[in-house]
Amino acid sequence: MAERWTAGVLQYAEMGYWQPDYEPKPTDVLAAFRVTPQPGVPPEEAGAAVAGESSTATWTVVWTDRLTAHEHYQGKCYRIDPVPDTASQYGAGEPGPGQFIAYVAYDLDLFEEGSIANLSSSVIGNVFGFKALKALRLEDMRIPPHYAKTFQGPAHGIVMEREYLGKYGRPLLGATVKPKLGLSARNYGRVVYEALRGGLDFTKDDENINSQPFMRWRDRYLHCMEAVTKAETETGEVKGHYLNVTAATMEDMYERADFAKEIGSVVVMIDLTVGYTAIQSMARWARRNGVLLHLHRAGHSTYTRQKSHGVSFRVIAKWMRLAGVDHLHAGTAVGKLEGDPASVRGYYETLRCDRADPDPRLGLYFEQDWVSLPAVMPVASGGIHAGQMHQLLSLFGDDVILQFGGGTIGHPMGIAAGATANRVALEAMVKARNEGRDIDFEGPDILRAAARRSPELDAALATWGDVTFSYESTDTPDLVVTPS
Amino acid sequence: MTRITQGAFSFLPDLTDEEIAAQLEYALRNGWAVSVEHTDDPRPRNNYWDMWGLPMFDLPDPSAALIEINECRRAYPGRHVRVSAYDARHGRQTTALSFLVNRPA
Repeated sequence: MAERWTAGVLQYAEMGYWQPDYEPKPTDVLAAFRVTPQPGVPPEEAGAAVAGESSTATWTVVWTDRLTAHEHYQGKCYRIDPVPDTASQYGAGEPGPGQFIAYVAYDLDLFEEGSIANLSSSVIGNVFGFKALKALRLEDMRIPPHYAKTFQGPAHGIVMEREYLGKYGRPLLGATVKPKLGLSARNYGRVVYEALRGGLDFTKDDENINSQPFMRWRDRYLHCMEAVTKAETETGEVKGHYLNVTAATMEDMYERADFAKEIGSVVVMIDLTVGYTAIQSMARWARRNGVLLHLHRAGHSTYTRQKSHGVSFRVIAKWMRLAGVDHLHAGTAVGKLEGDPASVRGYYETLRCDRADPDPRLGLYFEQDWVSLPAVMPVASGGIHAGQMHQLLSLFGDDVILQFGGGTIGHPMGIAAGATANRVALEAMVKARNEGRDIDFEGPDILRAAARRSPELDAALATWGDVTFSYESTDTPDLVVTPS
Repeated sequence: MTRITQGAFSFLPDLTDEEIAAQLEYALRNGWAVSVEHTDDPRPRNNYWDMWGLPMFDLPDPSAALIEINECRRAYPGRHVRVSAYDARHGRQTTALSFLVNRPA
């Protein structure tokens, strides 16, 4: 005991941050880190260092620990598993793996209630630059009900969104206005009107459309809402355009959101780049004002994409459900952007389920009980087209927004025709699935049959039917199931 | 009036009775209750259409629901009629599927 408190440097493991016998409490926040230790650093010490630097520790012994119930506040690395088939931490040809999954338990007292900023500053705030590790990745977290219940959660959630819109039993359809930059407000509104009257439920500002010299925000909002209202009158359906309220300050965002609500928008949008605190503020605004909140995950690939270092998107998905957004982009599996099908299904499960069990095939390390926190509507966007409708419906089911930007606006017969093509393909596929047909197998036939009655879908299939994006994913679960 | 595109299948040709029965089968397989409603005012935010009786719970097969749909259509040929399936499970407690089965001639 005396050595523990002698001034100087001790191994983190010896300071109590490695506790292989620790049984996590139901109230603990749990984290799984992918750790790549430097040569010579034992995996247990690496795990203990992560637990220490993400909770109470510093690099040396401090006597002031003894003024606290320090064992209560210490993060505890309670388990460390080698990752099979990873190159040795000692270099090529050397024995042993190079990566380990370190499981860390944190007492609930370490975190401020209802604050993503505090949770993330604690768990990823300091430790990712630690020299003794070559790389570090936060793979997953278990948020105990006791902590989850301190967050507002989604302003409305999937069920309330469907009741606002009066749309049931099928995925929703959207499109991002293109080109992203340069259109005047009048031309921009034209794209919105055509896409909505053609059959889409939503159109969307892109992440970098805010208030630039070629189109100021108020002009865009007014023209978009004229388009939305006109399309609603013509179709009898509720329609929406995600008005991006992202701005330099909260005051600007509130001003834009208030104006969007005043002119009747059902939905506003923010970018992930605004920061966790701003997201939570906008989620409160959205619930208070009865307006859906769409979150575009702008910038996430800078830290989610590489498997060895950063934060997995499944963690971001959990944090954003707690923070309280109604929509979150979560990948397409089949489109142009990163995301292997198993990991993407794991993200969708994280956003939509009330309770999930651990599932290594989907990259889910822990059970997660959401205790009736509303579900987030996942958004599939980026390089998808009508010819993939059977795959999209089979992968994601009904509670998803399928966004076909290029696949709507680039249609050879015009924007409204592009929207119609997508809606016809979607409805034909949902109808066939409900009738008990095997859409994985019969999907292309179902699309071709629907196209015989729809020149719009016929032209879409002729234009994009064969487009695929077959590149290897950079981020996959460690456990890959070979199809039998 | 232009074609109202509410419901899950408005971009497809109007469903035949056999096709409606297949969708009802799907609803019953999922344990959903089936209801029929009609209106002369199908504007976007009119949630509360007139109910054609109460929702039908625990139907063994679609035939009884199909009879109700046809009686409603006969009584109100000039109205929009919709069929909804309701999911009462915890966490949903909302409509699970809705589609139009009649449009004014």
